Amino acid sequence: MLRFITSRFLQSLLALFLVITATFFMLRFVPGGPFTAEKAVTPEILRNLEAHYGLDKPLWRQYLDYLGSLAQGDLGPSFKYPNRTVNEIIADKVPVSAELGALALSLALVLGISLGTLAAIRRNTWIDYTASTFGMAGISIPTFVVGPLLVLAFAIHLGWFNASGWYGPLDRVLPAIVLGLAYAAPISRLTRGGMLEVLNQDFIRTARAKGASEFRVVTRHALRGGLLPVITYLGPAVAGILTGSFVIETIFQIPGIGREFVNSAFNRDYTLVLGTVILYAGLIMALNLVVDIVQAWLNPKVRLEA
Amino acid sequence: MPIRPRLLVAALLFTCLFGAGCGKSKSPSPDSSSAAGSQVPARKVLHMGNGAEPQELDFQVVTGMPEHRLALAFFEGLISEDPQLNIIPGVAEKWDISPDGLTYTFHMRADAKWSNGDAVTAADFVQSYQRILTPALAAEYSYMLWHVTGAEDFNKGKLTDFAQTGFKALDPRTLRLTLRQPTPFLLHAMNHYAWFPLHIPTLKKFGALERKGTRWSRPESFVGNGPYLLKEWSPNQRIVAVRSPTYWDRATVKIDEIHFYPIELAETEERMFRAGQLHATYELPLSKLAVYRRDQPESVRVDPFNGIYFYRFNVKRKPFDDVRVRRALTLAIDRETLVSKVTLADELPAYDFTPPNLIGFKSRHAIQGDLAEAKRLLAEAGYPEGKGFPKVELLYNTLEKHRIIAEAIQQMWRKNLGVDITLYNQEWKVYIDSQHSKNYQLARAGWIADYVDPHTFFDLWATDGGNNNTHWSSAEYDRLLRSALGAPSTEARYDIYQQMEKILVDELPVLPIFFYTRARLQSPKLKGYYTTPLDNYPWKYADLAP
Repeated sequence: MLRFITSRFLQSLLALFLVITATFFMLRFVPGGPFTAEKAVTPEILRNLEAHYGLDKPLWRQYLDYLGSLAQGDLGPSFKYPNRTVNEIIADKVPVSAELGALALSLALVLGISLGTLAAIRRNTWIDYTASTFGMAGISIPTFVVGPLLVLAFAIHLGWFNASGWYGPLDRVLPAIVLGLAYAAPISRLTRGGMLEVLNQDFIRTARAKGASEFRVVTRHALRGGLLPVITYLGPAVAGILTGSFVIETIFQIPGIGREFVNSAFNRDYTLVLGTVILYAGLIMALNLVVDIVQAWLNPKVRLEA
Repeated sequence: MPIRPRLLVAALLFTCLFGAGCGKSKSPSPDSSSAAGSQVPARKVLHMGNGAEPQELDFQVVTGMPEHRLALAFFEGLISEDPQLNIIPGVAEKWDISPDGLTYTFHMRADAKWSNGDAVTAADFVQSYQRILTPALAAEYSYMLWHVTGAEDFNKGKLTDFAQTGFKALDPRTLRLTLRQPTPFLLHAMNHYAWFPLHIPTLKKFGALERKGTRWSRPESFVGNGPYLLKEWSPNQRIVAVRSPTYWDRATVKIDEIHFYPIELAETEERMFRAGQLHATYELPLSKLAVYRRDQPESVRVDPFNGIYFYRFNVKRKPFDDVRVRRALTLAIDRETLVSKVTLADELPAYDFTPPNLIGFKSRHAIQGDLAEAKRLLAEAGYPEGKGFPKVELLYNTLEKHRIIAEAIQQMWRKNLGVDITLYNQEWKVYIDSQHSKNYQLARAGWIADYVDPHTFFDLWATDGGNNNTHWSSAEYDRLLRSALGAPSTEARYDIYQQMEKILVDELPVLPIFFYTRARLQSPKLKGYYTTPLDNYPWKYADLAP
């Protein structure tokens, strides 16, 4: 187990290094830079700007400088927001996205797993059809449609919530529901599929034959195997959900990190792009490792090998 | 089988947890302004959409309109502008201009104070100007000060002794600027934040005199001299400005607090306005304009805006090296239909190159000609009925509004001239880069004035102008431009601009389409507020009705 974790950790570190290197150089080959503006600055002012940010040095030098400060945990200053460092922006915004993500994920898990399980044990009944319809609808209707619709109904017509913003506890409700529904849909479908497969297996029949109650059969015997596809899905999904959603954060005016992923690229904010990429890649790698461990724990057929 | 009810109950419980207790305690709401007790007059709190998160509140190192609106709340320059954009006293109560137009002497008021109580001095201004011109600070708007003797050289590092520039503090309350050439629009240009003072001792404390990115502009250390002071800055959430107790003209300030919301998506902003969270939006989605005009006309505000929407021709690329082709395409657009059916916000069709009645300037020359002439010109250029017309691509930046305008124009050219062009879009910075490197044939563009004077629009087409980007060049035009600033009177200067208009109308380096307006939603409660031609409204005049 320890060998497995160590080896995977080292692999991840190498992958992360490759991601950083690729991002660093790809960014520099994109047309336009942090100081590209409609009103052109004079060549002298541009030179001042480049000297200020060290962009006048050769590219390999900038790359080494970046790696050097990265090794000390310093992600550098933001180009777009001069008085904020990338560390500060990430530290300010990740908790917001994580809070929203945690709420949405709880909703998605409870709703998705219950619906998926119900659909599987009541296969081909109206319950199954309703749950499947919900699943399909949830997957096909994008959040930028669901979000404004809920705002229209609950904020504008009923007046229960703010239309957007992130000021009080009530402001969490609508975005968490919209984001939660988006993830609940695939979870319910995966749960249903996984459960159906498990429920048809011999050991379930054996459990039933031994007189176990249906509740016990489902929760004790079937769910453990039936949730395996969900667990696999959750690794990257949790990374995605915790690092925020560009669409939801823009629609609801939430100061999360999700918007920075997209906007930093538009702004050619080199350091902020790299910072968010490192954050996301690191999370994905960490969570995939966790998923592998959890799967081995849930499924005796999986063995962890280095 | 107890599982179904249990799970259902769990799911229901969870949903209730989210939906429960949905009271009416909305946090930021325009209504909160009228919610105070019976004796004390209610605090007036204005909630404004402000477009985007400001880059910084150190206004010497930013660019952009949301920043300009904030700067006007927190700072005040030597002069100010009233809502009609007439020059009025700011920190300077009066000023003298020498007969040759080269020396400006500002006499500062005794009661101008920083928000920490210090007096605003002439030295503050001079040191602020030295800072913005310091090469190491790398301020993008430093060129706004280049009218002053030595400023450009200092900014470019050719001059290192700031005492040799034309910025002089004669005594604590007298400031003299010596210009390198007469600049008739100087006072208007000075209402730009590049000309605002900074509190030098605060900057020194943070080592910010030659460095951007320090923390002096955070609320806990921020010092300003404007009608409002900074109370809260929550990035991507809001900026709270409260009435300054030290501002010299505080009696005029009517609103106690302004909350600025950096809302990037116009649709989100519109929903917030509808839910009662905002008194005024920063913009208005095109798709909503007609609906609001029908249902709530009292909430729609459309004002002229000092800018022009046009297409650039790359005059070195075929077929636009031929002025007849440029003229044919220019004549074959039905601008009235475009503004009434496509852009919808009362834009003014543009047949010349400067927004009309800008400080009394109105072009006497206009693009004239009918469709028959357009067809004739195109045939003369070798493309009768559009036959043999080379492949032409129109570049625009990725935005719905630009796409539909381009489609309408593409259709007009196809129908009127038989000319078929293709459209392509690029993401903002790629698009800017394509224009700066002149890697395009025909490109959508816009220009918003930096200051209220026709000069800002003529400056664009100078041969070496950084924003020309068309390869177009005219020695006569350049000569006129150079002579304009030295003209003995405004009339003489405007006459020169008229000659320049004529050159532009004859040669058409760009294709003018319309003059901008600015549409926004605004609560009828908000009084005395509207979009000025530069969208930099002086906040102290705005008021909120109960």
